[in-house]
Amino acid sequence: MNGFFDIPSDLQHSWAGLIGVHLREALLPVAAGLLLALPLALLCNRFRWLYPPVLGVTTVLYAVPSLAFFVVLIDWTGQTELTVMIPLALYSLVVLVPAIADGVRSVPDETLSAATAMGFGTVRRYLQVQLPIAAPAVIAGLRVATASSISLVSVGALIGNQGALGNLMAAAQKYDRPELAANAVLTTAVLAVVCDAALVALRRVLTPWMPRSGRKRTAAPREELLTKGAAR
Amino acid sequence: MIRIDSVTKRYPDGTVAVDRLSLEIPDRSITVLVGPSGCGKTTTLRMINRMVEPTEGRILLDGEDVQRRPVTALRRGMGYVIQNAGLFQHRTIADNIATVPRMLGWGKQRARERAAELMERVGLDASLAKRYPYQLSGGQQQRVGVARALAADPPVLLMDEPFSAVDPVVRKGLQDELLRIQDELGKTIVFVTHDIDEAIKLGTMVAVLREGGRLAQYAPPAELLSDPADAFVEDFLGADRGIRRLSFFASDALELTTDPVVPADAPAERLTAAGAPYLLVTDADGRPLGWRERGSTGGTERLLPYGRPFRPGTDSLRAALDCAVLSPTGWAVAVDADGRVTGVVSQQTIGEAIRSAHTAAGAHSAPARGEDEKVAG
Amino acid sequence: MNVLSFVQAFFSDSAHWQGYDGIPSRLLEHVQYSLLALAIAAAIGLPVGLLTGHTGRGGNAIAVVANAARALPSFGLLVLAVLLIGFGLLPVMIPLVVLAVPPVLVTTYEAVRAVDPAPVDAARGMGMRESRVLFRVEVPVALPLILSGLRTAALQIVSTATIAAYVSLGGLGRYIIDGLYQRNYEKVVGGATLVAVLSLITLALFWGVGRLVVSPGVRRR
Repeated sequence: MNGFFDIPSDLQHSWAGLIGVHLREALLPVAAGLLLALPLALLCNRFRWLYPPVLGVTTVLYAVPSLAFFVVLIDWTGQTELTVMIPLALYSLVVLVPAIADGVRSVPDETLSAATAMGFGTVRRYLQVQLPIAAPAVIAGLRVATASSISLVSVGALIGNQGALGNLMAAAQKYDRPELAANAVLTTAVLAVVCDAALVALRRVLTPWMPRSGRKRTAAPREELLTKGAAR
Repeated sequence: MIRIDSVTKRYPDGTVAVDRLSLEIPDRSITVLVGPSGCGKTTTLRMINRMVEPTEGRILLDGEDVQRRPVTALRRGMGYVIQNAGLFQHRTIADNIATVPRMLGWGKQRARERAAELMERVGLDASLAKRYPYQLSGGQQQRVGVARALAADPPVLLMDEPFSAVDPVVRKGLQDELLRIQDELGKTIVFVTHDIDEAIKLGTMVAVLREGGRLAQYAPPAELLSDPADAFVEDFLGADRGIRRLSFFASDALELTTDPVVPADAPAERLTAAGAPYLLVTDADGRPLGWRERGSTGGTERLLPYGRPFRPGTDSLRAALDCAVLSPTGWAVAVDADGRVTGVVSQQTIGEAIRSAHTAAGAHSAPARGEDEKVAG
Repeated sequence: MNVLSFVQAFFSDSAHWQGYDGIPSRLLEHVQYSLLALAIAAAIGLPVGLLTGHTGRGGNAIAVVANAARALPSFGLLVLAVLLIGFGLLPVMIPLVVLAVPPVLVTTYEAVRAVDPAPVDAARGMGMRESRVLFRVEVPVALPLILSGLRTAALQIVSTATIAAYVSLGGLGRYIIDGLYQRNYEKVVGGATLVAVLSLITLALFWGVGRLVVSPGVRRR
């Protein structure tokens, strides 16, 4: 009863089950954040005056610790997965809005003029010209959001076993079994690495015109985005 | 004197950038290394201040192998100017220029005075001293680059395509400025460019390099134009080298005539007298107004434009020929320093002068280097 | 019910301003943890980032290390560290430093790499030694980006240092954890507000430092 993969029964999940829950709790919010961020970023670019206040609000939201978010939300959504996912979706939104807005804005004016001259409407131009060109920046934002989301799900363990692999960490402490904590940490790390690799692969598929050795290019924007998301 | 003695640079991957190159670079003159990209000209330059170390061969500075000198001391004794100037964007213009003096331990005050002096020398307004590089135009930045290289008054100046990144008009200004500064300071300048016109305009000696870092020809520019060593050099010089060579022949031997020159208020019979089919009409001070077809009448507003006049003595034969070709009458107008007409000369006469100049240049002519370009500014 | 009324209640309660559990002492603890973690992360990330950025070697290794460190969950690391080392400051520092090193390291590396090679070439050509090239030419130009890496790290630390309370240390996380167990939302919201305010102060500080130490020639205004 103290093997690396012997999960205490009170977690009500197998190791694989915990992974499934963890991915669901981490990735759904990122997807939700992306869906919200796309139109929001479009609005920010359409109405420039909107961008500074949006950035300001998101910066403040990002500064609120996840645990505090969870606790406050318990009153509305109870001790459920939703309570964990809402703040994570907000954090994703915070990272993604500037990533998409800046990425879209970095599309050269000549390209936009050319598209307009060819008769593209605003929405069509956004979807078919600006977003594809901004894809690398958007993916870079998604990488940051996904990594932080996967890490933060664990904190959900503190509000009544809603932390998936985080619950395993809490259980490790409860039963004084460090190997369970090590298992949770490593599994989470592997999940993060795998998801990151998947996003990099996605970028290659989406942007076949970019050089394949994109590591050097994406490393800098990643930090930049984090900075922009967290600190403006 | 800098002597490049059978120097080879071979990179680990086997590429040969410079292949057994030997050059003697004379003191107090501009030596230009020119050639297509990949000819090893920049590598050669960078071996002089040991930014690149040669694989074989030696480079001697005043008889001493540069390998023997401590690298920092060697470099501090040579000015270094590169494309885009490479200014330090976090320092003011004055501080940029004072970099090497400060490294050499000069006091703040002295370095500052030196910077001010150099800004004036390279034609920068003193008000720019406290500015930062981003506030300057490309041409101004390049002037700062030259000033910075001159700051510690090094005897040697290494210039690596310094004027390649600015537009043609600014480049011409910078080239003229460099020639002026060189007249005053007499540095030993090694200048790298891919632009053969720049090489011919600036160089006292020009080394043409070909791909693979081999020397194709090393000669004064006039000789390069008259006697290219091989097809590569000839091709590199371009199609109109004959015309460009005329820049090196003075125009003061041209025989001018004043016969067709008449003041605007001359009596009518002079306007109809026998002789050339065109008359050059001047104002009361003797400045040209335009050409009048013989026999035609009417006011000065009906005159044909006289084009751009040349100045015998300062302008080259090329300028005189250009002037004649552009003139509607086929005659070139010669003026003095004040713009007064000293005479006119026909294309035919210029052609004869060119032929005799070529004959005389079988030996060596006294070149009026690139003077025509100077007047154009 | 209303978050703002919680905030108001929390800050107007004079009991929250005194003693070892008062706002000033908790704030001080939080700042101490954060500064210590940032100092350690900077002591690791800055030299390595500067050196690799200057030489251009080891970029791949840095990316691997940084990505691996980023993938580690802070909460899990904390639990693991406590289980292996026991309670104390050290197990709290481990996740905070692991969190903060990647942004400092990667940004510093990228910042130095991104410096225009022309001035660096010019500096060498005029006889500057390598250390001087790094500190007099590259660092001043890379400074805004280096600061942004430190700022990212600092913000993440300030926000994450709340977990120290989970292993019985102090800091602003105390209010959040205690509030959670006591079902006292006023405390939770108060603690969260303090953390957010501290983050904004951190932002302002970095902005100020940037104005102070970055040359106007680099700031371009």
